[in-house]
Amino acid sequence: MSTQLSTPTDRQSAEALARSKGEPQWLVDLRGEAAELAGTLEWPKPEKIRIDRWNLTAVGNYEQGQAAASVGELPSVVTELVAEGTESLIVQQNSTIAWKQVSAELAAKGVIFTDLETACKEHADLVQPYLFKAIDKGDNKLTALHAALWNGGVFVYVPRNVEVELPLQAILYNNKSEAAFAPHILIVAESNSKVTYVDYVVSEPGTTTEPFVHHSVVEVFVKSGAHVRFGSIHHMADNGVDLTLRRSIIENDGRMEWVIGDLNDGNTLSDTTSHLKGNGSNSDAKVITIGQNDQKMSLTTQAVHFGRSSESDMVTRAVMKDSATAIINGITKIEKGATKANGVQTEKVLMLSPKARGDANPILLIDEDDVKAGHAASVGQVNPEQVYYLMSRGITKQDAERLIIYGFLAPVVSEIPIDAVREQLQRLLERKLEG
Amino acid sequence: MATQFVIDGLKAAIEGKEILKGINLEIKGGEIHAIMGPNGTGKSTLASALMGHPKYEVTEGTAVLNGEDLLEMAVDERARAGLFLAMQYPSEIPGVTNSDFLRSAINARREEGSEISLIKFIRQMEGKMKELEMNPEFAHRYLNEGFSGGEKKRNEILQMTLLDPKIVVLDEIDSGLDIDALKIVSNGVNAMRSEDRGFLIITHYQRLLNYITPDFVHVMMQGRIVKSGGPELAQRLENEGYDWVKEELGIVDETVGQA
Ligand SMILES: Nc1ncnc2c1ncn2[C@@H]1O[C@H](COP(=O)(O)OP(=O)(O)O)[C@@H](O)[C@H]1O
Ligand SMILES: [Mg+2]
Repeated sequence: MSTQLSTPTDRQSAEALARSKGEPQWLVDLRGEAAELAGTLEWPKPEKIRIDRWNLTAVGNYEQGQAAASVGELPSVVTELVAEGTESLIVQQNSTIAWKQVSAELAAKGVIFTDLETACKEHADLVQPYLFKAIDKGDNKLTALHAALWNGGVFVYVPRNVEVELPLQAILYNNKSEAAFAPHILIVAESNSKVTYVDYVVSEPGTTTEPFVHHSVVEVFVKSGAHVRFGSIHHMADNGVDLTLRRSIIENDGRMEWVIGDLNDGNTLSDTTSHLKGNGSNSDAKVITIGQNDQKMSLTTQAVHFGRSSESDMVTRAVMKDSATAIINGITKIEKGATKANGVQTEKVLMLSPKARGDANPILLIDEDDVKAGHAASVGQVNPEQVYYLMSRGITKQDAERLIIYGFLAPVVSEIPIDAVREQLQRLLERKLEG
Repeated sequence: MATQFVIDGLKAAIEGKEILKGINLEIKGGEIHAIMGPNGTGKSTLASALMGHPKYEVTEGTAVLNGEDLLEMAVDERARAGLFLAMQYPSEIPGVTNSDFLRSAINARREEGSEISLIKFIRQMEGKMKELEMNPEFAHRYLNEGFSGGEKKRNEILQMTLLDPKIVVLDEIDSGLDIDALKIVSNGVNAMRSEDRGFLIITHYQRLLNYITPDFVHVMMQGRIVKSGGPELAQRLENEGYDWVKEELGIVDETVGQA
């Protein structure tokens, strides 16, 4: 069990752990500095929600797990997600990697798809220039803590002009509250490359009996003309806290697509940000969530425009049940010089319970005149006209409402490129909406 | 049993304003009735009250379909009892594909465990869409979202043909249709004519009735049926307008419920 320190790590123990894992010196140093920073920095302060009141200390201890001999050996929470016939898959169990494989064809093209700990040792030249460069480890206590303690993780590297046809898949799961579970995802897509990555972050049902904290950082580098699609479903247990920061840096004419399902049963901090650095860069973010019980969530999508003619579109849709709270922030920031930039955002909240709270906060920060920006936000209930229309075709009221709610979440569901994951997501939504 | 639908003394109000002031109408299987009348006379209110739109309150009367009073039922039960309303303004439902919606509507009429097979459903749907000259991609589009006025109307007719109702109410099905679409929609309706199905066609133009020949024509004003006749009545309204009816009945303002 973790103790009630203000920061659950210090320089010495972070460095010792890194050394014991045989990490290269530059990484040992990075972790040590980060641990020290973690002691001095504050937790992030998202709008209208006090995450410092959550149990943030239960980050657990690093635990060396066993690698599986075959995918079939892994628990069903994993196997039912595996894309049929996939040859490129990474599975993390708690702190370590339980399975990894990459297709020979991709390897031959120079694509790297491995866990991040291994990549730091074997491909330091490709990792070091990017690790904690999209998100600075010194941003706040969360980033520092994560830099000190991240484990397992995923590294994707796609060389110039290489297009990866099939989605790369990762399944990251925990089944023990005391074990640290803190994957870091790093994706580097070189010029004119193309890749789709999909992960599923989940607690094995019935196993995490104590409170735990999952902290995770995703960094994506989209080089000029590259195209990255990133899909991620989070579904961790109700006694877990999920702290996830995602950021992409997009160069000239690059395109980033985020498809996020924040579907945890517990408290969630989720921030998905695109930096549109290059001219003609483009970002599209779609986020869905379902709030239930007394769950609290802070969900932010953000687009920061630096490049001329850069374009961003952000959509968040939340279904709120019971007495759940979601604070949904959409931030479009257009910097001076980002002429002809165009940023739009939409936040929609569907309230299914009078005791739930769903706040949509669209924020436009614009320092350039020659731009377009738009936002739309709405909080409402299931539209009775729509229910009437469906019922007039013989569909029961309950089924009519169900169809409308699923339809509300469809923009994300339909975008998930792996059938097995999409079907699992559908079952998950059914459970959450009916439960 | 041959279909029989009897509306008796139907009064309905919206937001406390009485709009329907006592409608009496009997439709038998095989018959086509047309209700005509200028805008604002209560035609859509009749359709909505029959279907059970939540905004309309029925204050008096019955609407008995084959022995059962529809007005006692919830909206979905009315539909399953055999009432179909092609709406003047169909709702758009984002995220729900046309085909998922249609399949749910068909399965709502079937026992659990005997749902229509996907293959059979697709074959039926595609066949009917072809007859209505609908682009097959409309099966995968979200229900009515971004459909043009004419596309929505065709989609209403598609639903009618797949759901096999006993009483069909078409509310301004001809509005927004060009002449080709009008013919296609009319063919769809004519193909559905049968001894055990009755139609109530609401329109304020005679145009549609050139393609679908009614057996009875009723004129609605001030929330009542003020005149009834055969197809020749529609022809006269087309030639002479509504003024002669108003004069004959001493009506100055034919609308209802307007301030
Ligand atoms: N949604 C509504 N809200 C308030 N009043 C309405 C509404 N719909 C209809 N009405 C009233 O009912 C009258 C009849 O409308 P409607 O039945 O739509 O006429 P028609 O279909 O013959 O053009 C209108 O003039 C208006 O006063
Ligand atoms: Mg009308």
